[in-house]
Amino acid sequence: MSLRIDENTKVIVQGITGKEGGFHALRCIEYGTNIVAGVTPGKGGQLFNDSINVYDSMKSAKQETDANTSLIFVPAPFAPDAILESIYSGIKTVICITEGIPVNEMIKIYKIANDNNVTLIGPNCPGLINPSANCKIGIMPGDIFTPGRIGVVSRSGTLTYEAVDQLTKNGIGQSLCVGIGGDPIIGTTFIDVLDYFINDTDTDGIVFIGEIGGTKEQEAAEFLKSVNNSKPIAALIVGASAPEGKRMGHAGAVISGDSGKAESKINALRDAGCEIIVHPGRIADTLKKII
Amino acid sequence: MKVHEYQSKELLKSFGIPTPKSIVTENKISLLNSFKEFGSRAVLKVQVHAGGRGKSGGVKLLENSNDVNDFADKFFGKYFKTIQTGDDSVLVNKILVEEVSNILSEMYLALLVDGSNQSINIIVSPEGGTDIEEIASKNPEKILNFPVNTILGPTDFQIREILDFLLLDIKSFSKLKNIIQGLYKLYLEKDCSLIEINPLIVNNRHELIALDAKISFDEDALYRNEDILDLRDINQENEIEIHAAELGIKYVQLKGSVGCIVNGAGLAMATMDVIQSSGLKPANFLDIGGGADEEKISKAMSTVLSDVNVKIVLVNLFGGILRCDVASRGFIMALDKYQSSAPKLIIRMQGTNSEEGKDILNATNYNISFAENLDQISKILMDKE
Repeated sequence: MSLRIDENTKVIVQGITGKEGGFHALRCIEYGTNIVAGVTPGKGGQLFNDSINVYDSMKSAKQETDANTSLIFVPAPFAPDAILESIYSGIKTVICITEGIPVNEMIKIYKIANDNNVTLIGPNCPGLINPSANCKIGIMPGDIFTPGRIGVVSRSGTLTYEAVDQLTKNGIGQSLCVGIGGDPIIGTTFIDVLDYFINDTDTDGIVFIGEIGGTKEQEAAEFLKSVNNSKPIAALIVGASAPEGKRMGHAGAVISGDSGKAESKINALRDAGCEIIVHPGRIADTLKKII
Repeated sequence: MKVHEYQSKELLKSFGIPTPKSIVTENKISLLNSFKEFGSRAVLKVQVHAGGRGKSGGVKLLENSNDVNDFADKFFGKYFKTIQTGDDSVLVNKILVEEVSNILSEMYLALLVDGSNQSINIIVSPEGGTDIEEIASKNPEKILNFPVNTILGPTDFQIREILDFLLLDIKSFSKLKNIIQGLYKLYLEKDCSLIEINPLIVNNRHELIALDAKISFDEDALYRNEDILDLRDINQENEIEIHAAELGIKYVQLKGSVGCIVNGAGLAMATMDVIQSSGLKPANFLDIGGGADEEKISKAMSTVLSDVNVKIVLVNLFGGILRCDVASRGFIMALDKYQSSAPKLIIRMQGTNSEEGKDILNATNYNISFAENLDQISKILMDKE
């Protein structure tokens, strides 16, 4: 699984003629991303932004443009099919922004993506961005990012922006920022992104942002213990103030049982050698102490 | 979305899973009549969306009509607190009357999504009847947890493994298989997020029966399960939360005095944590979402202000798609309805049009403190106390 995105990344936007898809496709183009086509069934032949061809299917869009990545803004009831269409067109990296896909659908889609060696990021995620290559595939505000050598991985969108804003204001640039998404079933996990950062020669340190619910943070901690990692990691877990059994916005942010609580995640990450960020306002300060 | 026990059992029944004979009642007369139908010996169970009913007196085996009469008076139309509802209480509108089962053994059986295996998992324990968390902490070896293959579903060899683990006789294989495959089918067809049978019992006729059942559903899949949506009982839900959901605002009411309005779930949780670390308590979780307009933002503010416990409102916006000037106008729309009774405001705005947003608020007479970052929010909150 590779998370490298740069000037060689050619992106098709699925749902480009929709309000959200169109808005964010333009923001990505402004940032420098190479968007080569759009797909909306029934709208093939149109031009988006007077410059980008819209196709009826992923198959034809992929054939015409030789794209390697897709970015999905299709509404939840149709998004699983859009992911599948991407996978079967031969696209190897799929970023799904859509929120609200039924979990049972994602279980099936996950298996198919995995069997086809497709890197699926999301769903319910802000996407990913490489500031030094001016490549943004997602919905994050591009202007807060700055090129540098820190990798950021997070389950949340706006909290990623908060972290990056703190880093940039402290003169710390980013190599790659990945929002893995707030759903219980997601394609790319903390482990995949940590593995990438640890082996990435452009990354010197890591900001890790997790939250309550599930056990993905504990699995990341186990992974960190099992590998030889010398890169410093500052970790923040949010949701210590959240009650049990209530969904905090993200479908995956529900505490059921002790393992879902902030405390057990913090303990696991501390045990794995991470520096714990004790206050969400001190993300950059904490990282500065260890890099 | 949660449903009542009686609704869960009706669903189980429709998927071929044995449950005890029972009648759901809505008033004293029908409760007394139903009790007689069971030969004046039955289990009465209050129907609320909360756990811990039994330990809090809401489940009773009764053997005479006077006691049933008292039970009806005590619960029908009344608010009921269980050990799990905390200070809150839930309204009792229905009582389930159920035949008495002769229990030989009690087991635990659940299906849920496991994010780490990216699958549906089956969890079983031979120690049913108690809280699974308790078993997990005291006797973790008494819990079997394994992922179901996404293509195949539960297979025979897995069911035999469960059978062994539950200390059941091989003669029970087909009964257990029927239950597990029925549950798996139900889980997929109705988009459940949890099915918990606790306890699953063996009765004196060596039948396997789901004695209690708790099912919840994936809210993101309700659009394709209208029959499930019909099972919703809004009497069991928080009024402000229902209203917020209708407006498309993600809101959860909490117990504190600092209301908060944030864009993004992660930042909203972080903001709640900032409030808590400042020695105060958040009054709510609120995520207004990405592309909110003036009206929706105004409604978000009104939602927070409708909680009488709110003394301070903390706004924390990281404007991307959301424009801060639009947000400010929305806030003022709502605040103007409260005028002098408007609480203290702490505003942190970052990103798109944040300066314009602050200027708009500054031009009003409301009691506003501006913060540049999360650390400053903490400092202001500590000063306010």
